[in-house]
Parts: sequence; structure tokens; C-alpha cells
Amino acid sequence: MEFIRPDININFVGMRMKAIALSGLLILLGIVAIIWRGGLNMGVDFSGGTLIQVKFSETTTPDAIRDALKELGIGRSAIQQVGAASDNEYIIRSDISEEKAKRVSDDIQARLDQAFGPGKSTILRVEMVGPKVGHDLRQKALLAIYYALLFIALYISGRFELKWGTSGVMAAALLLGVYLLGLTGLSMTYLIIAALAITLVLCWILKLPYALGAVVALIHDVFITVGLFALLNKEFNLTIVAALLTIVGYSLNDTIIVYDRIRENLRASRKSDLKELINRSINQTLSRTLLTSGTTLVVVIFLFVLGGTVIHDFAFALLVGIVVGTYSSIFVASPLLIVFEEWSKSGVKRRA
Amino acid sequence: MKGLKWRAILVAVVLLAAVVYLLPSLGVSLPAWWHGTLPDEKIHLGLDLQGGMHLVLEVQAEEAVKTTLDRLIDELKETLRKEKIGFRVVERNPAGHLVIQLPDGSRRDRLREVLDKEFPILEWAEAMETPDGFRVVCRMKEKEAAHIRQLAVSQALETIRNRIDQFGVSEPDIRPQGENRILIQLPGIKDPKRALDLIGKTAVLEFRLVAEGVDPRTDAAALPAGVKIYPMRRFDPNTGRTIEAKIALKDRTLLTGEYITNANVRIDSQYNTPYVALEFDPQGARIFERITGENVKKQLAIVLDGVVYSAPVIQEKISGGRASITGSFTMEEARDLAIVLRAGALPAPVVILEERTVGPSLGADSIRKGFLSMVVGSVAVVLFMVLYYRFSGIVADVALILNVLLIMAGLAAFQATLTLPGIAGIILTIGMAVDANVLIFERIREEMRAGKTPKAALDAGYSRATLTILDANITTLIAALVMFQFGTGPVKGFAVTLSIGIVASLFTAIVVTRLIFDYLFIERRMRTLSI
Repeated sequence: MEFIRPDININFVGMRMKAIALSGLLILLGIVAIIWRGGLNMGVDFSGGTLIQVKFSETTTPDAIRDALKELGIGRSAIQQVGAASDNEYIIRSDISEEKAKRVSDDIQARLDQAFGPGKSTILRVEMVGPKVGHDLRQKALLAIYYALLFIALYISGRFELKWGTSGVMAAALLLGVYLLGLTGLSMTYLIIAALAITLVLCWILKLPYALGAVVALIHDVFITVGLFALLNKEFNLTIVAALLTIVGYSLNDTIIVYDRIRENLRASRKSDLKELINRSINQTLSRTLLTSGTTLVVVIFLFVLGGTVIHDFAFALLVGIVVGTYSSIFVASPLLIVFEEWSKSGVKRRA
Repeated sequence: MKGLKWRAILVAVVLLAAVVYLLPSLGVSLPAWWHGTLPDEKIHLGLDLQGGMHLVLEVQAEEAVKTTLDRLIDELKETLRKEKIGFRVVERNPAGHLVIQLPDGSRRDRLREVLDKEFPILEWAEAMETPDGFRVVCRMKEKEAAHIRQLAVSQALETIRNRIDQFGVSEPDIRPQGENRILIQLPGIKDPKRALDLIGKTAVLEFRLVAEGVDPRTDAAALPAGVKIYPMRRFDPNTGRTIEAKIALKDRTLLTGEYITNANVRIDSQYNTPYVALEFDPQGARIFERITGENVKKQLAIVLDGVVYSAPVIQEKISGGRASITGSFTMEEARDLAIVLRAGALPAPVVILEERTVGPSLGADSIRKGFLSMVVGSVAVVLFMVLYYRFSGIVADVALILNVLLIMAGLAAFQATLTLPGIAGIILTIGMAVDANVLIFERIREEMRAGKTPKAALDAGYSRATLTILDANITTLIAALVMFQFGTGPVKGFAVTLSIGIVASLFTAIVVTRLIFDYLFIERRMRTLSI
């Protein structure tokens, strides 16, 4: 069986300006969503607070729950139905995370018992994170993103360009740059943005077009996923960060496949036009790019649909990441090589 | 092809090891000789799957330093009286410093001498003339304070471990984390509120005299010296409810819970209500005998963590070292109180920094849904591979099933914990494991289209695709390893299964499938390739 004929020839490279416009629009939409929402919707892992998942034995409404919990200062927006409607399951969030032996969840259970009758509601899950741990987890998540970025930038600059010396220079410059910026007392979030900028500039200066393309593609994937989370006001927590890191690792897979083919074709024919060669490479690998993403996408869709409420958002992040990652491998990462070639005139071709 | 035999042996050994590691987790009864010689560990389920409670507590170790200073005050006053150094006040200020107020500065050098000799853990911070005399401020030496803090954390850990052991939780995990934190994992706990009450209670038991003739409603400023108002829990037998009242107690603590050797729940035969019977050690018994003898017909209050439980009138001198705490307890409350009194007080209060509790029903639900998505996802991928690559697809499917087997065995072998994101990691790996075969098969198809024989196409496909596959997987592996380093609990579980899955999938998708194809082409003289 074949979904994609071997002689397929779609002019992907010709669509690069449209693709760049679409990507730019999606990223812009994400940024607008983040600004509009006043930042990401940080879950209890990062902001501190209490999350409680409750199952009711009879049908109820968010308003009834809110009325029951009025005295605890829990608003309408903090009560959300999850799962199928027949499950009668709700997630209740509270900013309160008093760091003492008294639990917010006990207060909530007591008031629900009062309002709905004892035994009518069961707490399935409690997540309470105090401000100190919330701060620690935030730092840990940011450090994880930073180190993942560092190691992956190191690996792809070494591997794609086959120059491990350059990769060493890159790592040293990145570490030094972030260390120096760290001395100025910038917060971790800005340090990571700075690290990203340093990585891009280094790729440019050191003339590493493949690494540049790969890094831009993965920033692109993560930004769009995060933007969509902001747009849908989905909660951002530790498992979502794990999903993002997985996306970073996985979305590079397809990019690597295309890049490997471009290099293989470059070795075979040094004379041909770069645009034509890149387009041919994308088309040659199109079938496997779509198939590999497709098989992974299928299992993630099942996880999303059948996996239950706890894992739902995690699966959603992976879902979005895989789709966007596949798109960026075809439409962003490879055409960027041409953009780089046109701008720098240093020549991807000569160096490959 | 050369080395076919050796590769077959390698694959057989890996498979055998996987089965050996996996058997204990499958619930089959193993022969007696298995235990002790072969791996015996089951796959460990995370709290999010089996239900349970995850707690991070912080020991307020600074409070232990303050308590030590408070105890020092009585001793210091005694010494000053003996040395005939007149003082107005000796007290601890909120910053945790000891303030000694002298009538004038004439005895300051003598005071300093006495302090240096008798109280080496204190250091002289400052001394100054004040309008009403002379003020000396001392503080505890940092080295001593650090020692007390450290001791408080280790004692708190020990006490909490004792309480949990007596409460009865199977396989609790209690360990220190960082400088002053304690990580507690209680799998399968059914009543999280009760467990938390038990763990978090400081359980400082004190006996104090009731300040007679003082109205508990008196304003704090108007109270006589050495008297404070305490809340009191009183059981009203008429209404059957507990009421919060107030009571005035004298400041002096006559006896504390540290002399308790045993505490048990008894049932009052008259009212059929539970109470806690205490036994003191000989020293405690002597003190108890003395204070009851000296205060006959007075009210003695029993205070637990600053709340008065009962304040009976002493009828006569009590010898024998036995006392009881009556009050409005349920049977469970009395049992838990007995546990905390037996296990002893925490040296300093603890606060909860983090709590994650998953009820057993949600955990079971997560396992069911996780495995359902895993099975459905696997079936979909397996069917797709057969439909798309026909016979070669079946080979890839064999590798895929082996891959899941290896991941499970890996979890058992590394004693890793399977969490819900961990199951997601396995599901993701199932989708990614066939990627390698897709890359190889697509390459083989391409080579065959270019006119190569099936065998040549196979060789070219494997050799050309392998490097790309390695590359593509290494980036995911990097991300997984970083997650493992910085992740907590469930995320770590995801990182573990993802990492094991990637390594296992490289082995099954490249080595195992190649072995099968080579066997068919060389041993079975297969000429065509169904791909």
C-alpha cells in the first residue's frame, strides 16, 4: 500500500513565503492571546494553590457548587466540569495554599457535605502546592527547558554541520553568555529568551544554517503550542512542560530526516539549483515524514480521547506539537535554508 | 550474513532476561528457588495509579531553637539567683534573642563570667545602659543553633516515621529532602485527613494549673502576671456537640509529655466513651506525685498543642505514674492521640509545603483508561503496519511487541516507578518505535524502485537509514534525560519510560527486525520481499 506516490512533486519551496506568513500569524496570535489573558494560565504546580477533583453522585451545576463554596471565596471560573457529562466530575481551584496542617480540601469537603448532603460528593484528587514549592517547581521547569535547549543546540550544531569543534565553541559561548546575564540578576524566564537569542545569533555568526533552521523550527513549534494553550486558556503545569520538551525532541526527528536527505543529495550533485534540490529532498522524504508522524499521532489521539481527565491536557499538548512539528519540518525548517542562503550569500551549497 | 548466530544469541539473551525480570510482576506463582537467586521485584506503581498521598513537609526548625532558649530561661534565672546577680527580667524576644534586664551595670562583668562558664552555648551580643537599668542581649551561637536545627529535622523524621508505622500504612516512604524538608509517600491511604492530622500534630502535652478566680473573658492586657487565656474543647453531653470555650491557665508548665512511656485507649465504663490512659516513667511519676500532692482540690489542665482538653480537679495525691486524658473523642481520635503521645512530640512544628492525594478509585480509573488507550493505540499501529507493509509490517509488529515487553522489563529491572504519564510515555514510544521501521522500509522501497534486488535493497535500507534513526532518537533521548534530571514524580515516570522505550525501540526496530530478515534471506533462502 502507498499513500503518497514516489514521484510526487509538490512545490513546497515555492510556498515558503505563504508558509512563513502563516507561521508568523500563528505565533502572533499566540502572543496576542498571552497578552490578552495577562500571561499563561499557570496551574497550581507553578502558581501555588489547591486543585481538587470532585465526583458528585447526582447531577449538579457549577453555580450550585459555587454557592456551596461561596464563603471560601471560590469564583465561578475556578469550577470546571471535566470528563463526560454523565461523570459529574468537577475540578475546583483555589489560590489558597496555607502552609499549615489545615487543609483547604477539608474545608471544601465539609461545605460540599453541608450543601449536597454527606456522601454525595467524593474528592478524587487533591493537589496542593505551597508558594515555596511552587517557586521551586517553576525554577526546575525553567532549568529543564534551558538545559534541554543547551544540549539540543549543542547536538544539532555538532551533528548537522559535522563540526564538533564549532559545537563546542557554541556551547561555551552560550554558557558564558547566560552566566554573564545571570550575574545581572535577570529572572530565569528572560535568561531563557536570551539563551534562545544567543543560540540563533551564534548559528548565524558561525554559519550553521542547518542548526539555525532546526532551532528556529523547534522554537516555532513550542511557541505555537504554548500560544494555543493561552488561547484556549488551558492550564500550564509540570506535565505540560514535559510534553513541550518531548515535542522539542520529537519535532526534530522529521527535520533531521529531511536535512539528512538534503545533504545526501548535495553530495550526489553539486551543480543543481539549491531550491530545486531542497524541494526534491522534501518530496522524497514526504512519505516517511507523514507516516512516522502519523503513527505517533494515532496513538496520541487515542491517548487524548481515551486516556481520562488527568492526562487530557498532556495528550493535547503532544497532539498539537506533533502536528505543528510535522508542518514545520516541511514548510519552515527546509525553506529557511534558502532564506539563509539568499540573505547571507555565504552559500549553504559550498559548505555542505 | 556473518554473525547471524551471534546476533540470534544476543537477542535470545535479552529476551530471556526481559522475561525473567517481568515474571514477578505478572502475578504468577514462582517456585521457591526463584526467590533470592533471581530478580524478585515487581513493577512499582506510582501514587497517581495506586492512589495515595504525597506530602512535602517543612520542619520549622527555628522554633526548636526558640524552645531550647525558653527552657534555658528557668535555668538561667536559677543560676543568677545562686550567683547573687540581681535581675529584673529574663526573657526571649521575638527575634530569638535572650534579653537580661539588670537593675544597673555594676554586675555586668560578673554576669559575663557566669554566662561564659555556665552557658557556653550563648554568646554575648550587646550590652547597654537603658533608662531603667542595664540591658544585656545574648544569642545562641550559630554552631549550636545549626546543630539544634539539624537535630530537630532528624528527630521530626524519626517521630513521624514512628507515628506512621503505628498508624499502619503498607510500604510508606519517608525521607529527608534538602535541609529541613521531609518527603512522605503513603500509598493506598484511605483517609487522608486523618493521616495528615496524625502526621502534622506537634503533640506537645503539658500539665498546667488553672488560674483560679480569673475570668477567662478578661482582656489580655488586664490579666494578672503569669496567666494566659487558652482555648478549651469541651464536650457537652446534653447536646452531644463539642464547644469551644476559654480558660485561664498559669504560665508555669508543671509536667510535659516527654516523660510518657506509654499511652493507650481505654473505654470509660460509666459513659462508654473512649479516653487515653498515660503511663509516666519513674521520674515523671515522681513529678506527677509531687504536683498532685501540692495542689489537692485545685484544677489541673491538660494542654495539647495549646488547646486544653480537660481540667479535672485534683482529688488526692496520685502516685504510681498514671494519668488519663478524657475529653470529647471519637474512638479514632482517641486512638490517634494515643499514637502521637506514644511516638512523642515533634521537636518543632511542621507545615505542609505540598500535598498530592489521589483516591484509589481515580487511580484504578487512570490505570484502566491508560491501558485501554495503550491497547487500542497498539492495535491501530499494528494493523496499519500490516496493511501498509504487508509481511514486513508483521516483522515490525513482532519488534513492536518485543519493545513493549522490554520497556516493562526495564521498569522492573531499574526499579522505576510506573506513573500515568509513564503509561503515556509507553504509548508514545509505541507510536515512535515503528518510526524506525517506517524509515527503513521506505528506504528499502526506494532502493527497490531504483532496481536493486530485495537483498541488496534490504542491506542498503538498513545501512542508510540507521544513522538517521539514531540521530532522530538521540534528540528525544536528550529531552527525556533532562526531564528525568529536573522532573518530579509523574514527570520523572514519563522520562523513565520514554528513555527506556527509545533505547529498547532502537534495539528491537534495528537489531531484531534485521535478524528476522537476515534469517529469512540466508537460512530460508527467501528471494522476494513483501514490503
